[in-house]
This record gives sequence, structure tokens and C-alpha cells, in this order.
Amino acid sequence: MLRFIVRRLLQLIPILLGLSILLFAWLRALPGGPAVAALGERATPAKIAEYNRVFGLDEPLWTQYLRFLGRALRLDFGTSQTTGRAVTDEFFTRFPGTVELTVFAMVFAIGIGIPLGYLAARKHGSWIDSTSVIGSLLGVTIPVFFLAYLFRLLFAVQLGWLPGSGRQDVRMEATHVTNFYVLDGLLTREWDAAWDALQHLILPGIALGTIPLAIIVRITRASVLDVVNEDYVRTAQAKGLANDTVRRRHILRNALLPVSTTIGLQTGLLLSGAVLTETVFAFGGVGSTLREAISTRDYALLQGFILILAVVYVLVNLLVDVSYGLLDPRVRVK
Amino acid sequence: MTSAMTSAMAGAVPVLEVEELAVTFTRRGEASTRAVDGVSFAVAPGETIGLVGESGCGKSVTSLAVMGLLPRRGVEVSGSVRLDGEELLGASDRTLRKLRGADMAMVFQDPLSSLNPTVTIGTQVTEVLYEHRHMAKKDAVAEATDLLDRVGIPDPARRLGEYPHQLSGGMRQRALIAMALACSPRLLIADEPTTALDVTIQAQILELLRELVLGSGTALVMITHDLGVVAGLCDRVHVMYAGKIIETADRHDLFARPRQPYTGGLLASVPRLDAGRGTPLTPIRGSARDAIPWAEGCAFAPRCDNAEDDCLTEVSGSTVPLEYDGPGRELRCRHPLQYPPAAAGATASGVPR
Ligand SMILES: Nc1ncnc2c1ncn2[C@@H]1O[C@H](COP(=O)(O)OP(=O)(O)OP(=O)(O)O)[C@@H](O)[C@H]1O
Ligand code: SF4
Ligand SMILES: [Mg+2]
Repeated sequence: MLRFIVRRLLQLIPILLGLSILLFAWLRALPGGPAVAALGERATPAKIAEYNRVFGLDEPLWTQYLRFLGRALRLDFGTSQTTGRAVTDEFFTRFPGTVELTVFAMVFAIGIGIPLGYLAARKHGSWIDSTSVIGSLLGVTIPVFFLAYLFRLLFAVQLGWLPGSGRQDVRMEATHVTNFYVLDGLLTREWDAAWDALQHLILPGIALGTIPLAIIVRITRASVLDVVNEDYVRTAQAKGLANDTVRRRHILRNALLPVSTTIGLQTGLLLSGAVLTETVFAFGGVGSTLREAISTRDYALLQGFILILAVVYVLVNLLVDVSYGLLDPRVRVK
Repeated sequence: MTSAMTSAMAGAVPVLEVEELAVTFTRRGEASTRAVDGVSFAVAPGETIGLVGESGCGKSVTSLAVMGLLPRRGVEVSGSVRLDGEELLGASDRTLRKLRGADMAMVFQDPLSSLNPTVTIGTQVTEVLYEHRHMAKKDAVAEATDLLDRVGIPDPARRLGEYPHQLSGGMRQRALIAMALACSPRLLIADEPTTALDVTIQAQILELLRELVLGSGTALVMITHDLGVVAGLCDRVHVMYAGKIIETADRHDLFARPRQPYTGGLLASVPRLDAGRGTPLTPIRGSARDAIPWAEGCAFAPRCDNAEDDCLTEVSGSTVPLEYDGPGRELRCRHPLQYPPAAAGATASGVPR
């Protein structure tokens, strides 16, 4: 197992190297290069030359790249042009919001998706089954952006049931320890702050969780339909085991293997920034920050965020593979 | 009605009595298929019977019907199945669950697919013990180790912690047998338990089953298409064709004097040690798919060399019945194979009525 993890971590290196070269090249390939990007299009040639000299941009490319890489390894991606803060600091204030949102969305998707998918399979051909099949089709086809917008308009703006923007009420004088607002509220025993932060997660979380929900329902259903016809389920029934034991140990345990992979992949996707949903709800996580950075041409921030998110994505995938190995003994031995 | 055949085990009360069992599959938009069509047999304690026939003749469906494991939707089951006198058809789910695994157990054909790949062998053995014998964990583990040891799995304590894919094919089937025997069932049904195994392993598994049955008085129903298995293991044999029993006989009688042309064909198509070198094997012509519905005549007629016009219902006016054919024998045939020395005994049948 340990060797498997180490091997996978080593495989990470070429991927990240490639990505860093791509990002590095991208910034150099911009018209006018990083200097124009930083100083704006109306910068005078003298200023550009000055900038290039100060930041070593007149040196050979590979020297520049190595310096870029060296900094990146120390998590130094320069400063954001819009906020003036270090990109890394910026990331660690924003990322917890995205994590909270992802966790909420996935808990929603898993909590409803697995029971629903199981039920649909066991009641194969019933109205529950057809409804969930159609529902999951709709779920993957409706654009998240549209759904997010609709939710916000209906439940926040029109009905006023739930907050429709931000991560916490601005009037809430909450203490932030970890930047995970719900967690902060719990840690500091500011219950109302935690509750408020949680409420802010509901609408964007559900909007974001729809696609994973639809996928989980579909895969659970298909997988359970497969597994109930397996010989070992018949063996379990021939042993006269309680229905509950057959269901959990012999059907679900096997049926959930493919579902667990899906859950991992979806989590990885959501974690790397739900740009549209976060923007609609002005959520202030990684996604909406990326969106702002694009419009303000905050290249340093984009570069840093993308590289860190890539690492996060690959690590989540590694975690998925490792946990799959733990769940399926046939993989573990290899 | 056919309980005459149990007279072979004079006096012994049968563990399992199956009477006029019929199973029909009905699928929406499809013609219904009668997979089992009026099958009757009984098994006494310590007795081994064989259900023999080509693929698709209804052997597995019969055994699943006995165990109550057929799907509930799209299946009609009628007749009677009694375990120690208790009627199982129509019994509640709960009653059946109590009996399955405890009083009646089953071993399946493919040991790899019949074991849960993500659960250890140990758990798959002990779960039966918890369910039916309500054992404490420590006792269950000790008992499971003992069970694996009894079915001939070396180093049983270590095997308990392993997963099915870590065991060899023969070992897996032994493990399945251990699970089936965990509660010393009165009835064991083995559905082609050796088909998926190497020849040498096959012999070992059969030997194991024989020992276990001899030692415990368990009634064994051996389902197979392999007459070699029958020869080595079964006391009595029921030959099935297209959902019906067509011949029943003592093992020795069956091999010495098969009466049904189909049985004769089955025997002629297996290699026999006593036949001498160079004796050609003659497979039955056609395939099981050629069967005609029993209502129209003998299902075997399209493939039968003895067939005559009166094998068809249209001509004889009745379907071919299963009839007394000498002590311990029953036969469904209008023109059975004849044996000169025993011709006198054969007059009872073979004549159309
Ligand atoms: N679930 C089902 N739905 C419809 N028909 C079925 C079903 N299961 C079995 N049958 C039919 O019942 C008949 C008997 O099948 P069965 O599995 O009992 O054969 P078998 O004698 O065990 O053959 P084999 O040697 O291949 O195992 C077959 O013709 C098959 O088409
Ligand atoms: S009844 Fe007729 S067709 Fe059927 S096996 Fe006997 S001889 Fe052949
Ligand atoms: Mg079968």
C-alpha cells in the first residue's frame, strides 16, 4: 500500500512539471509579456524595460523558469495585482470556503443519491425508478449556472427564505480562526455565526450538488441492478441471512465500489473551483476569485491558483485510488 | 402418487418430498416457459439422489424452487415441496430464511462467482453461524476454523482472513461446502458443484461430499449433467428432459439397463472405462432446443430413434405418462430400449395404452 502511494506521488512530479511549464509559457506568450500584464497596456517602453530588469525578465528563459519553479516550490507565486496580498495567502483565505461548499454539496448528493439509486434499483420498473431515471437525466443536462441563478432568484430574492450571496452575513461579527466559517463558529462557540454560515451554503451547495447527485443516482442504480443478480447474492440468500445483512454486506458493499470512484472524481472537480455557481452567489471561494482574476487580468493570481488547484485535484484522485484499494481487496493485493 | 419410488428406502421417512412441482416463467410480452413440469421425487436421510439431464432441462430451477430462491415476480410455482413434512411452497419469507442455511443448504456451480469478493472467507462462514446458531464471536471463529479444517482446507486459521480471490478453485468450493454444512443441514443440494473445476479437483470434491453425507445422515441432491458423477455418488437417479422426469432408477440398474432412449443416448455419449478401447462414442443427435411441448407428445421424439407415431399425443390420445417399470424404476416412454434376458420384466411398459 505504502509503495503504491509513493509510486503515485512520484507520478505527480512529471504532471506538475508539465503544468508549470505550460503556465510559465502562457504568461510569457501574452502580448507584451508579464510586464504589460502587470503595468497595463499603456505602460511606456521605459517602464517596461525597468520592470523587466527588476524582475529578471531580461535573463534567458530557462533561468527565469528555474526561478519561477524554485519559488513555486516554496509556495511563492508573487502578489496579486488587485489586492496586493501574496497569492498564497489569498488562496488560503479563499480555499476553505470552496472546501465547505464542496463538502456540503457532496453530503447532499451522497445522502440523497445512494438511497434513491438503491431504491430505484430494488423497485425496478416502478414509478420511483422511472422518476429517478428521468430526474437524473434532467440533473445532468440542466446547466448549473441556470439552476444557481434560478435558486437564488426564487429562494433568496423572491421568497427570502435563505441568504443568496456571500459566505456569512456581513453584520455577523464572527471570529475566524481557520477560515472554515462553519467550523470557526463551532470552535469559538459562536453558534449563530456557524448557523449563519451554514445557511449561506444551502442554495449554492444544492445547486452545485445537482450534477453529482444525478450521477450518483444513476451509477448506484445501475450498479445495484448488476449486483443483485450476482451469484454471491444468491449464495447469501441461500444461507438464510437476514435481509439487512444481505443488503448491506452483500449488495451495497459491492454496488458502492463504482459509486465511490464517482464520488471521488466529483469531489475533485468541485474542489477545483465551481466558478459559475460561486459567481452567481458571490460566494468568495476559489471559483469566484478565479472569475474576478480573469476580468482584472490578475495573472499572478491565476497562475498560482491554477497550479495549487492542480495539485489538490491530483491529490484527491490519489486519495480516491487509495480508498478504492482499501474497499476492494482484489485491487489491494496487486 | 409417485411416492412408490421411496419404497427403495423402505421405512425411512424422507427428508425432502417434492410432488408435482411445476415452475412457469412469465415475462411480459413473451410466451411463458414451463421450466419444470410436474416433477416428483423424495430423498431419505443419508441418501444421495441425482438429478441428471442436459443443459436447460430444469435442474437448477427445480433446486431453486425447493430452496425458495426463485425470483418472486414473473414466476409461478405450483405443487408441493415438503422438508421434514413441512410445506415450503407458500411459506413466509421468515420461515424460509430460518430453514435456509440451517436445515437446507445449497452449493453452487461456480465457486468464484458464488463467493462475495469483498468479504473475507471467515466472515462468509461465520455469518451463517451468527444467523442460525447465535454463536458468540469467539466460538464462531473457532467453529469456522474447524469447519474449514473438516472440508480439507489447510491452514484454516489463516484462510479465514483471506478473500476468495486468494484461494484456488478447489479451495473455494471447499469453503462453500463448509458454509453449507455449518449448521449440519438435513438436506444439501449441490448444483453442478464440480463443473467449474479441474478433473483431479472434481474427484476430490466429490469424495469430500460423499464422506460428509455418509458421516452425517444428510440427504443429498446432486444436480449434474455428468453421468460420471452419478456413477460415483448417487444411490438413485432421476433423468430429466424438458422439465419432466423421464426415467428413475437405482444407479446400478440405470447404468446396466437404461430404458429410456434418452438415457441410453446419454450413457452412450460418455466415455466408459469398461467399454474397452476403440468403442465409438455416439452423441445424441440434435440438441435440447429441438424439444416439442409435452402436450403435443414426447418432448424427446424429434431426436429419438425409437420414436413412432403413437409418441405424439395426436395419435395416442394422451401425453406420455411416467409409469411403474419394475421395482424402484419409473419410466416415461412408449417404446423403451429392450434387454433380451430381462424382457419379461419389461412387459409392464412399452405397450401403449
Ligand atoms: N429467470 C428465468 N426466466 C426465464 N426462463 C428461465 C429463467 N431461469 C431459467 N429459465 C428457463 O428454465 C429452463 C431450465 O433452466 P435451468 O437453469 O433449470 O436448466 P439446467 O438444467 O440447470 O441447465 P444447466 O445445466 O445449463 O445449468 C431453461 O430453458 C431456461 O430458459
Ligand atoms: S416416448 Fe417415443 S419418442 Fe419418447 S423416448 Fe420413448 S420412444 Fe422415444
Ligand atoms: Mg443449472
